[in-house]
Amino acid sequence: MQSPAIVIEGVKKHFGGVRALSDFNLKVEKGTIHAIVGENGAGKSTLMKILSGIYTRDAGRILLDGEEVHFETPQQSREKGVGIVHQELALSPDLSVAENIFLDDLGQGTPLVDWKSINTRAGQLLKSFGFPIDPRRRTGDLTVAYQQMVEITKSLAKEVNILILDEPTAVLTAPEIDLLFDNLRRLKAKGVTILYISHRLEEIFRIADGITVVKDGVTICDLDPKICSENDIITAMVGRELKSLFPEKLPPRDEPLFEIRHLTRRGVIEDINLTVRKGEIVGLAGLIGSGRTEIAECIFGLARYQQGEMVKNGRKVSVAHPADAVAQGIGLVPENRKEQGAVLTMGIDANMTMSRLGGVSRLGIIRHGHEQTLTQKLREQLRIKLGKLSDPVMSLSGGNQQKVVLAKWLNVGCDFLVFDEPTRGVDVGAKSEIYNIIHRLAEEGKGLLVISSELPEVIGLCHRVYVMADGHVAGELAGDELSEERIMSLAIPKRSIQ
Amino acid sequence: MTNQSQGKETTMTEIASGQGVPVAAQASRWSRERVVALLLDQSTLIVFVAMLVVAMLLTDRFYTFENFTNIMRQCVPLGVVSLGLLFVILTGGIDLSVGSLMAIVSVVVALAIPSYGLFGALILGLLTGTFFGAISGALVAYFRIAPFIATLAVMTIARGAGLIISKGQPEFINDEGFNDFGIASFLGLPTTVYVLVLCFAVALFLYRKTVFGRRVISIGSNEIATRFAGIRVERYKFGVYLISGFACAVAGIIASTRTGVGSPILAIGFELDAIAAVVVGGASLAGGRGRVFNTIIGALILSVISNVMNLLNIPGYHQQVVKGIIIVLAVLLESLKLRLSSRS
Repeated sequence: MQSPAIVIEGVKKHFGGVRALSDFNLKVEKGTIHAIVGENGAGKSTLMKILSGIYTRDAGRILLDGEEVHFETPQQSREKGVGIVHQELALSPDLSVAENIFLDDLGQGTPLVDWKSINTRAGQLLKSFGFPIDPRRRTGDLTVAYQQMVEITKSLAKEVNILILDEPTAVLTAPEIDLLFDNLRRLKAKGVTILYISHRLEEIFRIADGITVVKDGVTICDLDPKICSENDIITAMVGRELKSLFPEKLPPRDEPLFEIRHLTRRGVIEDINLTVRKGEIVGLAGLIGSGRTEIAECIFGLARYQQGEMVKNGRKVSVAHPADAVAQGIGLVPENRKEQGAVLTMGIDANMTMSRLGGVSRLGIIRHGHEQTLTQKLREQLRIKLGKLSDPVMSLSGGNQQKVVLAKWLNVGCDFLVFDEPTRGVDVGAKSEIYNIIHRLAEEGKGLLVISSELPEVIGLCHRVYVMADGHVAGELAGDELSEERIMSLAIPKRSIQ
Repeated sequence: MTNQSQGKETTMTEIASGQGVPVAAQASRWSRERVVALLLDQSTLIVFVAMLVVAMLLTDRFYTFENFTNIMRQCVPLGVVSLGLLFVILTGGIDLSVGSLMAIVSVVVALAIPSYGLFGALILGLLTGTFFGAISGALVAYFRIAPFIATLAVMTIARGAGLIISKGQPEFINDEGFNDFGIASFLGLPTTVYVLVLCFAVALFLYRKTVFGRRVISIGSNEIATRFAGIRVERYKFGVYLISGFACAVAGIIASTRTGVGSPILAIGFELDAIAAVVVGGASLAGGRGRVFNTIIGALILSVISNVMNLLNIPGYHQQVVKGIIIVLAVLLESLKLRLSSRS
């Protein structure tokens, strides 16, 4: 009998006093796609790093193809045919796509960069995966989704037996995900074993042959996606049953809170009209690059626009800098939490108060007592799990980090909030809490604009959805009209259907 | 923020959030980890104390009251400039113009005393330093020129301007009050030391207690996120160069009270000593990390090194080599510290 591709027995790893993995067991047959699910901090990333040779394990055994391995360096892991696509993009923005893909062998065996060869080979690879990217482009100019595709291509440029993907679809839209899955199935047919780490359960059902649930560094159980339900996984993951992710929608009020009229930003968005009423949660759906984030940038004063106007509470507002937006009571929970949302190395308290330090200071001098009281209140209000308020935001899980970003805007007293992918990289438990918070804000009469690539999220959360395509509003859906099919049919640019 | 014993705190958070189980050793108050963390946290101070011990073993002329006041006196301009520079470095910037600004301020003061009197001349000197700081600040914050380039330009402009207005000659200062200040003592300490203490107190206050200090650290830690929080980042970036310019003016004035001369070639290469002091004090050139107290210790370390080597009659050229090596060691220690604290 053939030995399994991956066997992990009783692997342990701790950092100082913290146990990241205390008893990890896994068995994956060759040529299958196996999903690993668990909340953030459950130990998935640590396991990945052990398999890729970044960390060494403290105890336990790892066998690849029946042979015990002990990786000390990433090189050793790669030589054994382990390929990894990390959640955090690890590309050099100033290099071309081809250079990034062949970064460890730019000369193709010679000491000089073999431009012709790497460009052709990168082009072929990208094409074979169906990624429409020019290998000569500067990587930093690509959108995050395209960069992700480059990352995947890079890991597949070498011969791999085991491919590990950590949240590969976090930034991809539905058609891009389909494409990725086609490629994964093709690899699987070739005998590649795939470890798939994701929060998105519906994807796991589509692609995985087996599921392992991890909690607190221990493998809880193995499930068969053919017979188990989404609820089974969630129950195993969080140790309790979640009724529904989305709270019941309450009717919005009639008064418009925020309106955009004829907004045009040359070459990006054209003649955008949208309205958000008080107490309304409005979705902004569409493919990556359809202009959703670009609208948010205009609203928040991060980009200039040529035509159009924005009206808040019946008054025209002009926003040339994020500071203007904040002064108008507009907040943005940005797409990239780690780079844009929070100052990770700064304290949780300092992050919460940073947008309105005036409230806790007098004559430019911070009153620490006031700050502590205020942040303690915000912490309780949003139920943020933390050690001390002065700990760096970095020490929190993704969901709790996102709550800190939210706390910042609640402290400012914003009545119009834009969320750009609010639950990206956030586990199920925290997701449901964030949805509840958004609903509570709506209940208080605030207006909310939610940009999301996750269709179930858009449908479950929003009263009304604008669908963007190619820089235009392609349609508006509300109530019963909201379905994945209708959103997608509007979102796919008409000219690309042939 | 560079809080005390950050490494230890991170561990505690992870425990509190249920991500792991504390090992038994963690519980004891003076466990090895905690002692190591404390030692690492105060490494700048420990290096300084170690240096004092070594100095004592090397020469018996080190531990004299006269030598100590001498070191303190020498340390004042470097300390003042380093404190100003710390704020620039905290934002992730750099200021290369500090030496040139000291020189032009000293020349301006020397030239202005005869016509505007001592008080007027001092005001004019402070304004000159602040003005050049404002130019650097505007170039960096509003014209988005890289700090290295912007302040390099201001450095040569200010040096050149100093040479022009002094016609390349040192300008002697004939003001008794001014010249006495540099050599006089008050309550047993050189008078100039009180200026450094005052600057230290102001810097510490700014750093710890004010909105400004919070913004500076936030910008250095993550400028994009700070901007996304609706903060006019440009203002604060402008502000730190203003502070640095002002600090250079104070330092330039103090330096000329000691010599009684306004010199256009004062403090050539001083920017390197100042950067070294800040870095030896544990600040990160990437921004966001650095401490006021450690910056002063950094300046003291550099001053003690020079002093000891002078006492040992080590020639100037050799001194430069030794200084360079010590800076490398200090920075290595700092990065080792970071690695250790991220591991535990």
